[in-house]
This record gives sequence, structure tokens and C-alpha cells, in this order.
Amino acid sequence: MSDSRPSYLAHHFDHLEQQKQSATLGIWLFLITEVMFFGGLFLGYIVYRGLFPEAWHLGSSKLDIALGATNTVVLIFSSLTMALAVRSAQVGNRKGCANFLLATIILGSMFLGIKAIEYGHKFFPGPDSHYFLVPGANFSLASPYADQVQIFFSFYFTMTGMHAIHMIIGIGILIWLYVKALKGSYHEHYYNPVEVTGLYWHFVDIVWIFLFPLLYLIGRH
Amino acid sequence: MSSAPDTSASAKPKNYLNEKITVSSWLLTLDHKRIAILYLVSLLAFFLIGGLAALVFRLELMTPEADVLRSETYNKFFTTHGIVMIFFFLIPSIPAVLGNFLVPVMIGARDFAFPKINLASWYVFMFGGVLALVATIAGGVETGWTFYTPYSTMYANSNVILAVCGAFIAGFSSIMTGLNFIVTIHKMRAPGLTWFRLPLFIWAMYATALVILLGTPVVAITLVMIFVERAFGFGIFDPSLGGDPVLFQHLFWFYSHPAVYIMILPAMGVVSELISCFSKRRLYGYRVIVFSSLAIAVIGFFVWGHHMFVSSQSTFAGLTFSFLTFFVAVPTALKMLNWIMTLHKGSVSLASPMLYAFGFLGLFVIGGLTGLFLSTLATDIHLHDTYFVVAHFHYVMVGGGVMGFLGGLHFWWPKITGRTYPEGIAIFAAIVIFIGFNLTFFPQFQLGVHGMPRRYHVYPEEFQVLHIASSTGAMVLGFGYLIMAAYLLWSLKFGKIAGKNPWNARGLEWETDSPPPTHNFHETPVVRHPVYAYEYASETSNEPDVQSEKGHV
Repeated sequence: MSDSRPSYLAHHFDHLEQQKQSATLGIWLFLITEVMFFGGLFLGYIVYRGLFPEAWHLGSSKLDIALGATNTVVLIFSSLTMALAVRSAQVGNRKGCANFLLATIILGSMFLGIKAIEYGHKFFPGPDSHYFLVPGANFSLASPYADQVQIFFSFYFTMTGMHAIHMIIGIGILIWLYVKALKGSYHEHYYNPVEVTGLYWHFVDIVWIFLFPLLYLIGRH
Repeated sequence: MSSAPDTSASAKPKNYLNEKITVSSWLLTLDHKRIAILYLVSLLAFFLIGGLAALVFRLELMTPEADVLRSETYNKFFTTHGIVMIFFFLIPSIPAVLGNFLVPVMIGARDFAFPKINLASWYVFMFGGVLALVATIAGGVETGWTFYTPYSTMYANSNVILAVCGAFIAGFSSIMTGLNFIVTIHKMRAPGLTWFRLPLFIWAMYATALVILLGTPVVAITLVMIFVERAFGFGIFDPSLGGDPVLFQHLFWFYSHPAVYIMILPAMGVVSELISCFSKRRLYGYRVIVFSSLAIAVIGFFVWGHHMFVSSQSTFAGLTFSFLTFFVAVPTALKMLNWIMTLHKGSVSLASPMLYAFGFLGLFVIGGLTGLFLSTLATDIHLHDTYFVVAHFHYVMVGGGVMGFLGGLHFWWPKITGRTYPEGIAIFAAIVIFIGFNLTFFPQFQLGVHGMPRRYHVYPEEFQVLHIASSTGAMVLGFGYLIMAAYLLWSLKFGKIAGKNPWNARGLEWETDSPPPTHNFHETPVVRHPVYAYEYASETSNEPDVQSEKGHV
């Protein structure tokens, strides 16, 4: 192992370009698996929406569109800050990279906070509520479609829950990147981790861009 | 990546096995070869557990009455057998052991693109495996490995959640391995190693990795749906709410049918290597085999509906899936013809790995052709859920998958351990295994045709003779595996030193030491010849080899 190798070039790669291309190909392949993963849920959603359009309509109208829309905006902004973090690393702006990563962490956490409030409304609807929308034995809704609405909410919680788990994992990775970025680990010669995480973050963002209309907006036209 | 080569060391050259021998150097290793060994040991343990479960219920099936197991316990035993053998042995078998060891060596790389992910895959796999075993020990699971709803979500009174989590987690390890394969094969090939110079084993791993990447996430989300339904009372497949249990079957088989190709494509890759080496010939129709591997990977995704011919699927869908299932047999048949054409005019030697390759050819043909019986709508109505199906998929998965694995294990054993095993007893074991396998599963075809259903442990007396034959075969098969285990273990210490290339094979893995050094090659190899260049002395040399010329008939 010659001394001319930079510390950020792993021992089994011949040169930086090979390492960078491997990382990029790897994350894209991983994102394909993610598409297939969420694809299963979307398939189930489509099948049941075709079978029970009224129930889907009714279930959708029980969701809080203001919180959902706010979250959409928050998440789109977080994608912007993420892209800026990658850009900062690429041009060698180490401080900017760290700051934009921090902004992304904050926006991501805001999303999760708002999501938690929304879940809270469903789990603790208050004493005057006529319905309880969490699927299971206690599910109650005065409607001839109540059973199928329960299926809608099963999908709502599974899909948004899976999305939230991806957000939590993403924020965990971002925190780790932030700590390393503070030490100046990412710069114009080496920014694979930031770029790769950015692609993951944008993917999770796009999943939400699909979830928002499919879950919140179908009841309002 | 540690110390520089130590010149003061003893006469033994440094290799990946003796470079460091502490426990932590194994458990924290990033060397793909050591990770392959970790996988090998763990997979053989799972194979033993799954095999013992099978022996217990084969014992029960010796008599028409229930005398060893109660109905529920019987169900738990065949479920354990299925879950362990499929998720924790067959799916990872060749990719995680032989693939892990060989892919970087065969393409002349120092390691996989993502060594840490490779190590993580083993830990994730073990975590999933332990969960599945805990589910078994703490009361068992009786749903069958398929977890069909609504039985698994509402009625089964056992550790479904734990078993589902185990399978879910093991899926991540598959994905990590598959991702590493594709990136490594794309980006880390040695100079001169073009795509059509790749050994067919590498192509098989590539096709397998594609199936893993596209299929495994789908079964993962399906298992998540089972989990939320059973754990939280969500109603995704619940028929009482209007949910559709058959939707589960669609999602499940979308992965689990291609999973058969995850098991069989690698075995086909191994068989290609074996047939080329022991015929001392370049494979006939190399490109046809390459593209048939890719075709199987793609078409394999469009045949899942043949598992649901009798599950309320429309006749039109049934016809379509029936046609596509016939269609996927075409690339398989092409491979078969090319292998046979390679043997023709080759100088064939019957070494023990080659016996497994022949075993594969014969058994897989039976497994494949009986698959056509099942993909024919009219005959499937009669044969569905009978022992005919059991015999069919064992001929494919054991006759195909396990024979390929054992053939590969024997072939590369000298490379992995640096020592050869005793050939005579290995040939004996291969024959015992072949006889035991056929004695176990051939009677099951007859049982199925006569109407013996799957998953029953009490049966009419007229089936007893065939069941006894099958159970006897299972013991012979188990005995064959024991002989194999004995001489392979023996060879670790007492086997003859193998040398670089004991089989006089071609391929980069035979250009380096046995066992290989930690970084695989002392210097990066440069490939100058087409693949399987048996007319040359070695892959990298320019001298034509006189010996191999003489060997031709």
C-alpha cells in the first residue's frame, strides 16, 4: 500500500473514480429495491381502491389536509437543503456542507413532529369524537363502508409508518454525516457519503410526494 | 487490511486463513473469503437443523397412523423444515458461500465493492436465523413456510410474528449480498476481463443478484403486511372486512417463485464451471448460456400465478401464467443442450465434483419436466397440493440446488482450504447421496399421482409401502451427507496439499495460491484470453499447453 493513497480511498479500490462510481451504482440499485418495497404497498392500495372507491373517498376525507400539505412543503424544503449540502461539498465549502446538513436534519425532524401530531389526533381523538380511525378491534365509524374504511386506514398507517421509519433512518445517517462534516471530512475530492445519502433522502421525499395525493387528496375534487 | 507481509515468518506462506487467527479477527473480518467461511459454517448448521426436522417427520410417515407426532406438532416440523431450508439454507447457499468466496477472486479484484456491507449481511442473516429458531423452539410455527393468510394472520396459534420477522430480516442480508455482487462485477473486473470473458459462474451470480434485488423487497413488504395485521390487528388481507387473502398469495409468490431461480441459477453457474473443467473444453454456446441466465431471471418474474391455478384466479390469467411457465422452460432447456454438447467431444473425467454435475443434469431434468405437468392447467387440478408437487420441487431444489452446491463445494474445496479430500470415498458418498435422494423423492411422484395430499401425517394404508421407501431413502440420504461431512472435516487436517490448480482448470481463481492470500493476488492479474481457454497453459500465460492438447480424444 503506497503512501500516495489518500485516507479516504478504501484499500480494495484502484482509484477514486472507481470508488465513486461503485458508490453511485450501489445507491441506485438500493433505490430500485426501495421502489419494489413501496411498490408492494402501492399495489395493494390500487387493488383495494379499485374495489372500494367509496370507502377510499370517505377515508381520505378524514385526513388532516392542512397538516399533510404543511409536511409536503417542509419535506420539499429539506430536499433543497440536502441538494445544497451536496453542492457545498462538491465545491469544497466544508462549513456550508455542515450547515445545510443541519438544516436538513431540522426540517426532517419537523416533518416527523407534525406527523406525530397527526397520528396523535387519530390515536387520541378526544372525548367528543364520534369515530376512532386506528384499525383494529376499537375501530369505529358510523358508515356502511366502515369495514372498508378500516382497510384504507390500515394502508394509511402502514404506508406513512414505513415512510416515517425511512425518515428516521435518514435523519440518523444525516446526524452521523453532520458530525463528520464538522470535522471537514467532505470536500471536492471526496463527497460520496453526502451524495449517496442525498439520493436516499430525495427518494424518501418522492415517496411522500406520491403518498400525499394518494392518501389526502382523493376525497376532495 | 493490516500488517505488511511478514518476511521473518515461518515456511508457511501467509494466506487468508493464517494471517490472523484470533476470534475477533474472524468476527470483525472484512475479507470476503472469511465471510464466506462464516456463512458456510452457519449454513451447514441450518442445513443440519432443517434436515433433522425432515428426518423426524419422515419417521412419523412410516406408518399410516399418528404415532410419533400429533397433527399440530407435525405441522410445526414441516414448517421448520421449510422455513429453515428455504430462507436459511437454499437461498443463501451458493451465493453467500461460493459466491462470496469466488466472485472477487474470479474477476481479479481484491474484495467486494462494499466489504462492510458484506460483513453486515452475515450478522443480519444470523439475527434473522436466530429469530426463526427462537420461534421454533418457543412453541413452533404451523403455517407452512408460505404464511398463507388468513391462517397466518388470524387463526394460527403460534409464533408467526417471530418467524415472519426472521424471514424479513434475512431478506436484508440477501439484498446486501446481491447489491455487492452487481456493483463489484460492474466496477471491479481485472484489466482485460471483458463481459464476455467472464466465467459463467459470474454471469449466474449476476442474474441471481438481479432476481434478489427485484424480488426480495416485495416479499419484505408482504411480510410487513402480515406483521401489522397480526400484531396490530390491521385489516389488509382480512376477508371479514372485504380484504382479499389471495392478494397475499400474489405478493408472496411474486418473490417466492423467482426465489426458485435464486436457488437454481447459481447451481447452473456451478455446473457450467464443472462441465467445462471436467470436459477440458470451452463451453459450447457460451453466449447462449449467458443470455439464457438473464432470460430466466426476467421471465421468472412473470410466472408466479401458476401457484394459484386453483385459488380463484380467472381462467384467462391461468392460461397466461401456464403459457409463461412453459416459456421459462425454454432458456433452461437451451442450457441443458449446451452442457450436453460440451460433453460431446470433450475429454470427460468422472471426478467427484463432476458426479454432482451429472447428478444435477439428470435430477434437474426430471424436476423441470414434472414442472411442465404442473403448469398444464388440466393436470394441475389433479396434482395440485399432492406429493407430486413435493417431489417436483425437491427434484428442482435438492436435485438441482443442493447437488450444485455440493459439486461446487467439492470443486473449490482445495482452493478454499488448501487441501484435497480423499477422492475414492467422495465418489462413494456422491453415489450414496444420489441413490438416497432418488429413493426418497421418486416414490413421492407416485404417491402424488395416486392422490396422497401434502401436509397430512395420517393416510390410507395403501400408501404405506411408498412412504416407507421414501423414509428409508431419507435415511440413506442423511447417511450420505454424514460421510461427506466426515471426510471433508478429515481433509482439513490430513488432506494432501492441493497446490494452485489441482483440477487443471482455467479461471483466475486457479492462478492464485490455495488458499489465496488476504488480498487474493500478489499482483493484479491481466487477462489475455477468452474464458475457459483450455488450449493455453493458464489464463494469464501466452504459452499453449501441450498437455491439454494430448488429453483430447
